[in-house]
Amino acid sequence: MPVLTKVESPRDTKDAIYSETILAGKGFMQKLLPGQVIRIEDIEGNQSVDALFYDADNPDDHYSTVLTIAEQENMYLKTGSTLLAESGKELVTIVADTVGCHDAWFSFCSAQSNTVRYGHDKIDMHNCRDTFLLLMEENQAGYTKRDLPPSVNFFCIVPFTQDGAIEFVDGISAPGSYVELKAKCNTMVLLSNCSQLNNPCNDYNPTPIKVYIWES
Amino acid sequence: MTHVWSTILSPGGKWSGFIKRGKCIRFTALEEGANVSILFYNARDLTERYVMSDTLKSQFTSHLTKGHVLLSDNGRVLASFLEDSVGWHDPIAGCTTREKTDAKYGVTTYQIQRNEYFRSGRENLITELARNGLGARDLVPVVNLFSKITTDENGQLTFQKSHCPKGATVTLRTEMDLLVVLSNTPNPLDPKTEFPAVPVQMEVSSSPQVEENDICVNNRPENRRAFENTWAYYDLY
Repeated sequence: MPVLTKVESPRDTKDAIYSETILAGKGFMQKLLPGQVIRIEDIEGNQSVDALFYDADNPDDHYSTVLTIAEQENMYLKTGSTLLAESGKELVTIVADTVGCHDAWFSFCSAQSNTVRYGHDKIDMHNCRDTFLLLMEENQAGYTKRDLPPSVNFFCIVPFTQDGAIEFVDGISAPGSYVELKAKCNTMVLLSNCSQLNNPCNDYNPTPIKVYIWES
Repeated sequence: MTHVWSTILSPGGKWSGFIKRGKCIRFTALEEGANVSILFYNARDLTERYVMSDTLKSQFTSHLTKGHVLLSDNGRVLASFLEDSVGWHDPIAGCTTREKTDAKYGVTTYQIQRNEYFRSGRENLITELARNGLGARDLVPVVNLFSKITTDENGQLTFQKSHCPKGATVTLRTEMDLLVVLSNTPNPLDPKTEFPAVPVQMEVSSSPQVEENDICVNNRPENRRAFENTWAYYDLY
């Protein structure tokens, strides 16, 4: 288990310019301006939130799991971590975090990956990729399936073992935990409030999250 | 194995091409310390591609070796690891950018160094993607053949030196008709400050039929289900 680095935010939710509750199985797609801060709050705890980030001025340049972890030579996202795009461009920096550690690579579920992981009969279960695809189509900003690289999973971690396996650990996010990210450029944020029922990432009980945005 | 096709990937070189299902692709490191960054796309639908995260979580692994499969975003097997002499290939360190290449190995340009200038993995891959009608948008986490990165309890990443001896080999079997895109450029976490100059041989031959006791199909129930998804796809093809 990695060391948890908890950092409280100085921001007051009363000053937020935007707030929205996102139910499990729903998502969020919105552009941040440079300096704006987004908070994602895990209202009831042990919820997983899949997140992708793009250079909104050049959406071809998406979040890169591997560039981000190779640059910091560490697989976990903590306060101070900067999430990079494939080009190396800085997209967002974590500026507060009351969980202390987040996953950078585990990514979102899809109907198809559910058939592989859990059985062919899982094809009809709601999943994060469907949430993303529908949201991208409704957003009409030209984003498609090609724009879905492996994502961040806020509020959970999936450690690698030294001998090259992965292990699943219990939820580390208490009710009311949050993470805040500051945009480094015009950043498109894509979130899915995960609907996975086949593994403990949501404690088998997907619950709502809340999103706040503050001006820079 | 009957070799029908062979090429040498020169240090800093790049390659892309279509390879039919049912082929073996064997890579041989002609010197120690090779690293080949490689990506896979479904030749018939280039939006279907290798996914690092689905590949690792489905097989409960953070490395790739014999018996493992490479999954697409549609839960199918693009290729599988049939043989492997090094026991670990890296799915998590990505490829080098121009900025990182210049910072680590020194600034080189075609103007000064001519064709000896140091190539970056990202530029190589993007160029080959673009040559096939794709682009930077389609760049995702690569598999780095011949490299080993370990992690400690706090998530710290360490490049394992001396992992790839001269003559190391790995053989992938194609399970779908593929576009394969690759770059013979350094692993970003390789601490060597001299640009590695390791040629890699690539040979493609016909693969024997997948048997009922196939190691990749039977490695895990997840693998079998991914193969079933793949076979079902070709039933309709």
